[in-house]
Amino acid sequence: MYRIREKQVLSDVTQLIVVDAPAVAKKAMAGQFVVLLIDEHGERIPMTIADYDRDAGTITLVFEDVGKSTMQLGTMKAGDCLLTVVGPLGHPTEIKNYGSVICIGGGVGVAPIFPIARALREAGNTVVSIIGARTGKLLLWEDRMRDVSSKLYVCTDDGSRGEKGLVIEPLKKLLDERVGEFARVIAIGPSRMMEKVSEVTMPYKVPTIVSLNSIMIDGIGMCGGCRVETADGSRFVCVDGPDFDAHKVNWEHLESRLKFYRELEWLSLERWKHRCALDGVVEEGSK
Amino acid sequence: MSTKKIVPKKTPMSEQPPTERVRNFDEVALGYTPEQAMAEAQRCLQCARPACIIGCPANINIPVFIKLVAEGRFQEAIDSIRATNALPAVTGRVCPQEQQCEKECVLAKRFDSVAIGRLERFVADWEMAKDTTPELRNIQPTGKRVAVVGSGPAGITVAADLSKLGHEVVIFEALHETGGVLTYGIPEFRLPKGVVRHEVNVLRHMGVRVVKDFVVGKTATVDELLRAYDAVFLGTGAGLPWFLNIPGEGLNGVYSANEYLTRVNLMKAYRFPEYDTPIARGHRVVTIGGGNVAMDAARTALRLGAENSTVFYRRSREEMPARSEEIRRAEEGGVCFIFMVTPVAFHGDENGNVRAVEVVKNSLGEPDVSGRRRPIPIEGSNFTTSADVVIIAVGQSPNPMISNATPDLKVGKGGVVTVDPDTMKTSKRGVFAGGDVATGGATVILAIGQGKKAAKAIDEYLKTGTWLKIT
Repeated sequence: MYRIREKQVLSDVTQLIVVDAPAVAKKAMAGQFVVLLIDEHGERIPMTIADYDRDAGTITLVFEDVGKSTMQLGTMKAGDCLLTVVGPLGHPTEIKNYGSVICIGGGVGVAPIFPIARALREAGNTVVSIIGARTGKLLLWEDRMRDVSSKLYVCTDDGSRGEKGLVIEPLKKLLDERVGEFARVIAIGPSRMMEKVSEVTMPYKVPTIVSLNSIMIDGIGMCGGCRVETADGSRFVCVDGPDFDAHKVNWEHLESRLKFYRELEWLSLERWKHRCALDGVVEEGSK
Repeated sequence: MSTKKIVPKKTPMSEQPPTERVRNFDEVALGYTPEQAMAEAQRCLQCARPACIIGCPANINIPVFIKLVAEGRFQEAIDSIRATNALPAVTGRVCPQEQQCEKECVLAKRFDSVAIGRLERFVADWEMAKDTTPELRNIQPTGKRVAVVGSGPAGITVAADLSKLGHEVVIFEALHETGGVLTYGIPEFRLPKGVVRHEVNVLRHMGVRVVKDFVVGKTATVDELLRAYDAVFLGTGAGLPWFLNIPGEGLNGVYSANEYLTRVNLMKAYRFPEYDTPIARGHRVVTIGGGNVAMDAARTALRLGAENSTVFYRRSREEMPARSEEIRRAEEGGVCFIFMVTPVAFHGDENGNVRAVEVVKNSLGEPDVSGRRRPIPIEGSNFTTSADVVIIAVGQSPNPMISNATPDLKVGKGGVVTVDPDTMKTSKRGVFAGGDVATGGATVILAIGQGKKAAKAIDEYLKTGTWLKIT
């Protein structure tokens, strides 16, 4: 069992948990993920490691309410236990001294981009970061990102914090104004955001790395459910990734696969909400 | 030989009627009653030189246990089986006995063989129902430690045999449940998961520790294990699913058999939404392949409510690698078969969901390396059939995760770990391998047989410390 040591509410839809998982913490590297399972009735869900503490034997996970499992996870408290936390899975993000790099985090993707930005900076890179969210209240870890970036751009869809607009706007500007300076762009966020980042960087021929989060079960290459189409052929996100060359990803295919269980996921969520209401776990007025 | 009267036919074992069983996940075969078991056991001629034992990779002393059953001494019967086989409730169900012990049975020359598998299952179930664990003999600990990677049939066997010899054994399992392919691959209706749990509990009772959620190659490497353990056994199976590499394979609703069966068996998607893992319950399900895994997938589809579950196989019925009993049960349940076709593409709708399978018809040529006649596509014979779920069950190979993380571990074609066939030693000192990871994908009983060989060789290595390199 994996005990939740600490829990923080980061925004209306985002929470952070620090979980006892010493074997994972011992090996975790930026860019890797875990598969977790809440209880015997749960599903195995992949989650990128947002931070780790080898001495304390803990890992940090940040998640957004997107469905039944993440909502249920959100109701758990410090002291509660998860049935499974297994990892670290996937390949770590390649960290080298590239010179100057741009790190982009969108929504809940800011959390996993943080250890990558930090590692890149520690490797000697000049790190320029762009983070974004739908609205200011949902923006994560601005301070942490500022600490590891030589320059941080903040944007929100509604302009309630930082610049109004999408993360690709400062990105375009940077690539236009500082031609040839950036050796690499690394982006983590919703797949539509990563796709847009990829479209922007393509004409500039800047190598662009994205961390894909497809539907998985085992996370160790057994089921092939997470397969994505790339210019190099079909690949498994769990063992070949999760990092991929953004310019090679078939985004339309990825997005269609992410939607496959949408109706069933909705059914599962509604059933859970109904049961919670019966149990009184979710009080009137809260989500 | 005794002069007793020969009973020509096997005592029948009751099964759930086909019409009922195709709509539930309960076990199909219901097992013998004590009376049936004793009657069947009395058919055994107790040959002076029993051939059945030769056919058993787990070296079970078959006539001895059958005599004990005939006399109603069930506890002694199960003890006698457990002396060499750690998985009697499993092998009694899923072994291809007709190709092994029962094939060698002297009765089989003219009549039905003794129902050895059914009798093994009977005593194992009898033990399980009794809900007591086997008595432990006092074993002197050797102080040696062995890490077993994977809790499938090979790993369980190695762990049981080594622990009986006094070695300390820890099993590392990547998933959240033990049993490997017995748990994620073989469906509940063929092998109830309670049976697998029971066998692993017996192992725990013997003092074997099981660490779940531990991926060797990621959570720790083989080299790290070798620092803490005197030997390592790799029983990681063949978990990497093969795809066909044809257009449309990425469409929604196209599953590898591994994914389809893992969702249903390990994650209990058949009980969604009570369990959270969803699965597409197709109306028209097409399974591609002709092995036991294909039979399991096609039968599972019917139980998930498919109106039509059809198996597409590229050769004819005669070449199908699935067990005849599994093919029979699939047919009885309503699974259809289309032979001599190879899929060439999957077609989808605007949402990226699969809607049809396009195949080409084959003729059969000369036998290939497998000894089976090679399918040859007939040009221009393509046709398309509708399907909203497609399951690809054309084989699997070892997961490359461990070999990638262990550069000095020699692997051959298809990622199969190279081993010495007598000792199951790998190219790496202190590391042994067996089961599907060393064969590329075979049967549970073969994995058990290799596990037994490996356990013997590991014990020898732990005692002598000598390691002769494999060639």
